Amino acid sequence: MISLAPPPLPSDDKRWKIVNGTMRRHGFARHALIETLHTAQSSFGYLDDTAIRFIAKSLRVPLSQAYGVVTFYHHFSLKPPGKHTLTVCTGTACYIKGSDKLLADAEKHLGIAQGKTTPDGEISLMTARCVGACGRAPVVLVDGELAGQLSSEQVIAQLERWVVA
Amino acid sequence: MNLEELKQIAENTREEHAKFDYDINICMGTGCLSQHSDQIKDQLTKAVAATGKNAFVRRTGCMGLCAAGPLLLVNSRGIKHEVLYNHVTTSDAESIAASLGGEPVAALQCDLREHFESQVHVVLENSGHIDPEKIEDYIARDGYEGLVTAVTEMTPGEVIEQIMKSGLRGRGGGGYPTGLKWSTVAKAVGDPKYVVCNGDEGDPGAFMDRSVLESDPQRVLEGMALAAYAVGASRGFIYVRAEYPLAVSRLTAALRDARRRGLLGNNICNSDFSFDVEIRLGAGAFVCGEETALIASIEGRRGTPKPRPPYPAVSGIWGKPTLINNVETFANVPPILRKGGEWFSSIGIGKSKGTKVFAITGKIANTGLVEVPMGIPLRQIIEGIGGGVPDGHTFKAVQTGGPSGGCIPAELLDLHVSYESLIEVGSMMGSGGMIVMDDTSCMVNVAKFFIEFCMTESCGKCIPCRAGTAQLYTLLSRICDGEGTMADLDLLVDLSATIKETSLCGLGQTAPNPVLSTLRYFRNEYLDHIEHKRCTAGVCAMTKTNETVEVSA
Repeated sequence: MISLAPPPLPSDDKRWKIVNGTMRRHGFARHALIETLHTAQSSFGYLDDTAIRFIAKSLRVPLSQAYGVVTFYHHFSLKPPGKHTLTVCTGTACYIKGSDKLLADAEKHLGIAQGKTTPDGEISLMTARCVGACGRAPVVLVDGELAGQLSSEQVIAQLERWVVA
Repeated sequence: MNLEELKQIAENTREEHAKFDYDINICMGTGCLSQHSDQIKDQLTKAVAATGKNAFVRRTGCMGLCAAGPLLLVNSRGIKHEVLYNHVTTSDAESIAASLGGEPVAALQCDLREHFESQVHVVLENSGHIDPEKIEDYIARDGYEGLVTAVTEMTPGEVIEQIMKSGLRGRGGGGYPTGLKWSTVAKAVGDPKYVVCNGDEGDPGAFMDRSVLESDPQRVLEGMALAAYAVGASRGFIYVRAEYPLAVSRLTAALRDARRRGLLGNNICNSDFSFDVEIRLGAGAFVCGEETALIASIEGRRGTPKPRPPYPAVSGIWGKPTLINNVETFANVPPILRKGGEWFSSIGIGKSKGTKVFAITGKIANTGLVEVPMGIPLRQIIEGIGGGVPDGHTFKAVQTGGPSGGCIPAELLDLHVSYESLIEVGSMMGSGGMIVMDDTSCMVNVAKFFIEFCMTESCGKCIPCRAGTAQLYTLLSRICDGEGTMADLDLLVDLSATIKETSLCGLGQTAPNPVLSTLRYFRNEYLDHIEHKRCTAGVCAMTKTNETVEVSA
C-alpha cells in the first residue's frame, strides 16, 4: 500500500518550511513541480538529491519525472554555486558587441570553463541566454545585479575585487 | 466597479497630479536601474524638497532609449514642451532641481527629435508616463475603460467583432489573426477555459515583452481579462521568464492592485464574469515559447512540444480549450476596445495593421525600444530612428526574427516592414528583435552562432531538429575554421530543407533560416571562407590554416 500522506520535512532547517509552503499554496498539485523547484533553488542555491526526492514525494510525482524536469530546464542547478557568481549574457545583441571575448577572458582569468566554479568554491562563471537588457550590451550579472556596457578589463577588475574581499 | 466609479478614480488621480507644478519622470526599467536610477530618484526628491519647489518625482517604466540612460523627463504645468535629460547621474540632481521653472540644464538635454517623432505609440503609450506599480496612474490614462465597458455593455461576441475588425495579428512571431483565434476558443466546447499570456521571450536580442510588463503591467492584465470575457474563460496564466525578476515583481504588485479594485477576481463589475490570473515562472528553455511546450511547462512537465492538431484552442491546458497570445498582443487589446477596431485598422499597411514594437540593438547608435506603424521603411528605423551605425563603420545587415529569422542586407533597406514582406525576403517578423550588424560581423559566424543556439535549445524530442542542428553546426564550424569545401555548401542547403520540412515544432522548422538567409545574401562570405580561407570581417580565426596572420593584419 502506498502512503499518500506528505513525507516529513527532511530536517529542521527552516528553509524546508518555505518549500513546503509553496506546495501547500498549490494544494500539493502535481503541476506545482516547477514552482516548487524554483522556491527550493532560491532557498538553497541549488537542488540536491534530498530536495528533489522530498519534492517529488510530496507532490506524488515519479522521481524520474522530477529529475527529468530539473535537468531539462537550464535555470535549475544540481551543483552548489560559488560564493559569488558572474553571469555573462551570450544573447545575440551581447554577442555582436563582443560578449564572447568577455567570456573567454573571464574563463582565462579564472582558469575554469563556463558553467564551472573555481576549486576554492569562491566564484562561479555562468552564461545566460539574454537577460533582456540588450540596449546596454554587452551585459553581465554580478551576483545577480545587472551591469551593462562592460569591457574585459572591467570584468576582470570585478573578479579581482571578489578575491580580495 | 462601474464606468462612473472608474471615471471618478481617473478624475481624482488627475486632480492629484495637477496639484504639482512640475512632474519629473525617472525611468526605472531594467536598463536604467542598472545605472542606479533608483538612487537618482532619491537624490532628486531630496534636492527638490530643498528648493521648496512644488514638484512630483515619479518612478516610471522604460522610455525606450536605453543607450542614453538613465533617462529623466520633466513636464512643467502650462508649458507644452517636455524636457528629456539623458545620461543623468546622482550628482546632477541639484542642478536639475534648480533649473525647474527656468532654463533647462543644457548639458544633459537629449536632442534626438528624429528618434521620437516618427514613432507611433499604442502599446507603449503609457511607458515612461505612469508609475507601473500604481493602478490609479493607469486608470487616469483611460485604463480599464475597455474592460469595464465590455463587461457592462457588450456581449462577448461584440468584443470579438471589434478585435476581428481591428485586423490585429499575433505579435509573438506567427502573425495569426487574433480575432480568429479568439472566436475559435469561444466556440470550443469545454469547461473551464484558460487564457495564457506568453511572456517567455526567449528570442535573444528582444526585450519588448519585458519592457511592457515592467512599464505597464495593468495593460497586459486588462487585455487578458478582455480576452477571457470574450472567450468565456475564468482562469488565466501569465508565463514569464525567470530571467526577468523586475517584471515578475511589478506583475505581482499589479495583480494585487487589480484584485483590490475588483478588476480581477469574482463577479467583475457586479456581473457574473469572474477571472483571475496566476504567474508562472519559466525556467530557461527557449522551446517553451512554442505554445504546446508552454502548456506542458505550465502543467509542471518538461517543455516538449506536441504535434498539432489538436490545437490549444481546442485542447490546451489539462485538455481544456486554451487561448494563448503574446504579451504585446494582449497589450494592443485595451486601446482597440476603447477606440474601436476601425481606429486600429487605420494604422498600418495591407494585412499588417497597427504598430509594432522593435528592440533595436547591436551596432547602432540609439539602442533601445521603438514603436512604429507597420509599413514603415526599414531604412527609416535603422538610419532615422536608430541613428545609423556608429564609429564610422558601415551597415552590413539587420537580423530580425531571432534564431528563427534571417539577415536582411543593405540593398533591401527600403523594404516596408510587414509580416508578408519580411517573409518574402527570407526573414520574419518574429517577436520584434532587430540586431544591426556592421562590417566587423562575419555572417558565417553569425549563422553559426544562431545554429549553436538552436542546437543547445532543441528539446531533443524529434530527430531532424536534435540531430540536424548539430550537423549544421559541425558544417558551419568547419567552414569557420577554414576547412570547408564547396560540397559542404550543398550539404548545408540540402540538410536545411530536410530540417525545415520534417521538424515537429516551430523551433526546428525555422532553425535553418539564419543559414539560408546568409547563404542567399552573403554567399560571397561563405566562398571567401572556403576558397580563399579568408574571413574579411576578421572574426573567424581560421585556426587550421596558415593565413591567420594575413587576416588579422
